[in-house]
Amino acid sequence: MLLGPSLAVSAVLFVIGAAGVLLRRNAIVIFMCVELMLNAVNLTFVAFAQQLGTSGQIFVFFVMAVAAAEAAVGLAIILAVYRHKETVDLQHINLLKG
Amino acid sequence: MDLVWLVPALPLLGFILNATLALVRPQAKTAVSAIGVGVLVAAFGVGVLVVRALAVAHPEGPVVFHYWDWISVGSLHVGYALQVDPLSAVMVLIVTGVGALIHVFSVGYMREDPGYARYFAYLNLFVFFMLLLVLGANFPVTFVGWEGVGLCSYLLIGFWFSEKVNADAGMKAFVMNRIGDCGFLVAMFLIWQYTGSLDYEDVFAKAPAVLPAGGAAVTAITLFLFLGCTGKSAQIPLYTWLPDAMAGPTPVSALIHAATMVTAGVFLVARSNVLFALAPAAQVVVAGVGALTALFAATIALKQWDIKRVLAYSTVSQLGYMFLGVGTGAMAAGIFHLATHAFFKALLFLGSGAVIHAMHQAYHATHAHADAQDMRNMGGLRQFLPWTATLMWIATLAIAGIPPLSGFFSKDEILAAAFARGALQPAWYLFWGLGLAAAALTAFYMTRMMLYTFHGPNRTGAREQVHLREAPTVMIGPLVVLGVLSAVGGVINLPTLVGGGAWLHHWLEPVTAAGAALAPAPELAHNTEWILIGVAVAIGAGGIVAALRLLDPSALVPAAQAPPETGFAKVLWKKWYVDELYDTIIVRPVLWVSRTLLWRVVDVGVVDGAGVNGAAVVSRALGWLGSRLQTGELGFYVVVFVVGVIAVLSRAVR
Repeated sequence: MLLGPSLAVSAVLFVIGAAGVLLRRNAIVIFMCVELMLNAVNLTFVAFAQQLGTSGQIFVFFVMAVAAAEAAVGLAIILAVYRHKETVDLQHINLLKG
Repeated sequence: MDLVWLVPALPLLGFILNATLALVRPQAKTAVSAIGVGVLVAAFGVGVLVVRALAVAHPEGPVVFHYWDWISVGSLHVGYALQVDPLSAVMVLIVTGVGALIHVFSVGYMREDPGYARYFAYLNLFVFFMLLLVLGANFPVTFVGWEGVGLCSYLLIGFWFSEKVNADAGMKAFVMNRIGDCGFLVAMFLIWQYTGSLDYEDVFAKAPAVLPAGGAAVTAITLFLFLGCTGKSAQIPLYTWLPDAMAGPTPVSALIHAATMVTAGVFLVARSNVLFALAPAAQVVVAGVGALTALFAATIALKQWDIKRVLAYSTVSQLGYMFLGVGTGAMAAGIFHLATHAFFKALLFLGSGAVIHAMHQAYHATHAHADAQDMRNMGGLRQFLPWTATLMWIATLAIAGIPPLSGFFSKDEILAAAFARGALQPAWYLFWGLGLAAAALTAFYMTRMMLYTFHGPNRTGAREQVHLREAPTVMIGPLVVLGVLSAVGGVINLPTLVGGGAWLHHWLEPVTAAGAALAPAPELAHNTEWILIGVAVAIGAGGIVAALRLLDPSALVPAAQAPPETGFAKVLWKKWYVDELYDTIIVRPVLWVSRTLLWRVVDVGVVDGAGVNGAAVVSRALGWLGSRLQTGELGFYVVVFVVGVIAVLSRAVR
């Protein structure tokens, strides 16, 4: 596998994810976009690991573990917010401000 | 001589014990008196031993005891060091000796006072600082004592602080002294700059080499030192605090404001005689201010009715004499007058204390509210207080310069020295004339005081008269001792002219020789000296006779019915309006500037407005700006976050 195309794909995925986080309002969608960004990073790690050794692959497992934990906590929070406000639209969730 | 540290340490111990008692058991008056008087007597005993050892050893220079380091910065090394030499020996004996007598007197005078323990604590502390002042082996240690006695003076003037007048008088003394102390500090800085040392021995050894005689440097040093002396020793222009200092208890006036503290300036000039010998211009100032003060204060004393105020102005006047002496270069004469003045002025003050005590008791017994210190309320007291009257007459004749009492010898020596200096610089003939005029006035106002207090009919009041009583033995005892000293005190320095040995003069030679070598004093012919003595005695006797002839105590009326003063008498009674003058040209402008400029503009405007409130306003505004960023919109946060990451990365990658 070539390094260049792998990095290009991961960059595209990362930008799509970032754009989704920036532009979408639904918390679930934003959450999925964050996952997309994490996986783009994973792809980068794996691509580099081919050339530089296995440490990059170990990092991928760390990222997956953290993403799993994040998914558990994040979804629980979104669920709690929904029960409280009947919406997951982030425009309406803006109580914490100066 | 190794025991010298005990001399100041004993009064300090007394202060600590008495201060503890004052806080814990203020009513334990027996213990307080035992401690207060005991430490002073012990200190006097140790002082005598030290002085005897010094007389036996008879060293060339001062004996310095270095105890521990105090300031050690760069090339500046100042240690806690005491110095025993003939000058400090004389001062130690005066301070502890007269101090002990006054402590004994205080036991009787302050017996009824609720602040008894506090009083003795302060008095002991004062003696400690005074001994530090005279025993210090360098300028800073002396300065600590100098400030310390100022503090005790403040505390004791305002001893009855519940009355505002007394507290104000204490504050006035403190502030006036600060002005002088500033001069002392500047002088110390200059001394260090030019000689690189502050130890007396070093400074005086190096001074003739590094400070050109008559140069600007040594003149500035001595003039700043003298500014310090005018504050502490109540000379023109800083003398006005001393008469007000009479607000304190009378034994305090005797100890601090007559016998010891106010003579610190004279001591300092004598101590620095080398520096003054190098600065003839400063000598003119010292002698001139002294002579002028002697006359000026004497004129004010002519018209005062408060018995203590007469004595206060008399003290200012006599201090002027001492400065005339040391300014002339006659250090021994100045110190001689310091010693005799300590005897007779302490006696006069304690005598006036006995009078006030009796008057106060009488008014207290009948619940009358008249001024116990106003001479117009006295009169004829000699039949009620015969001992006090007799002893005070001795002191009066001594201060008036009647031979062979002590004051005659010391005053005559100063005047003779001033006259002799006139041969070199004619200005001293003028100073001599001023001193002579002051001598005449001294004899006059002292006789006036005695006449109005002890002679003529009694004006206290018919009901009060029966309660007028001589003071108890504990008060009369010290008076008798001081009376003997006032009478025969002259023997310590009998002039060679009358066959004496000029003992004090020789004793002080190790201290004064260096200065005397730089500025030799001219000798007077014996004939001239006899003529001067004749003139001085005639002047003194003339003053007494004039007072006896001109004043009629039976014409006086009690203070409450007295007519107001008019004309020139009023000017003198109002002290030449000097207090009012200072009030107008210094106090009021300073207060005005403080209130309008410093308070309303600088404090309220700049410090409060721009400083304190300004800082608050600015941080609040910044906080408001920051809080605008907290929108609560997650999208906004993410945008800021991403922009930030891109910014950081773009810098990192480049």
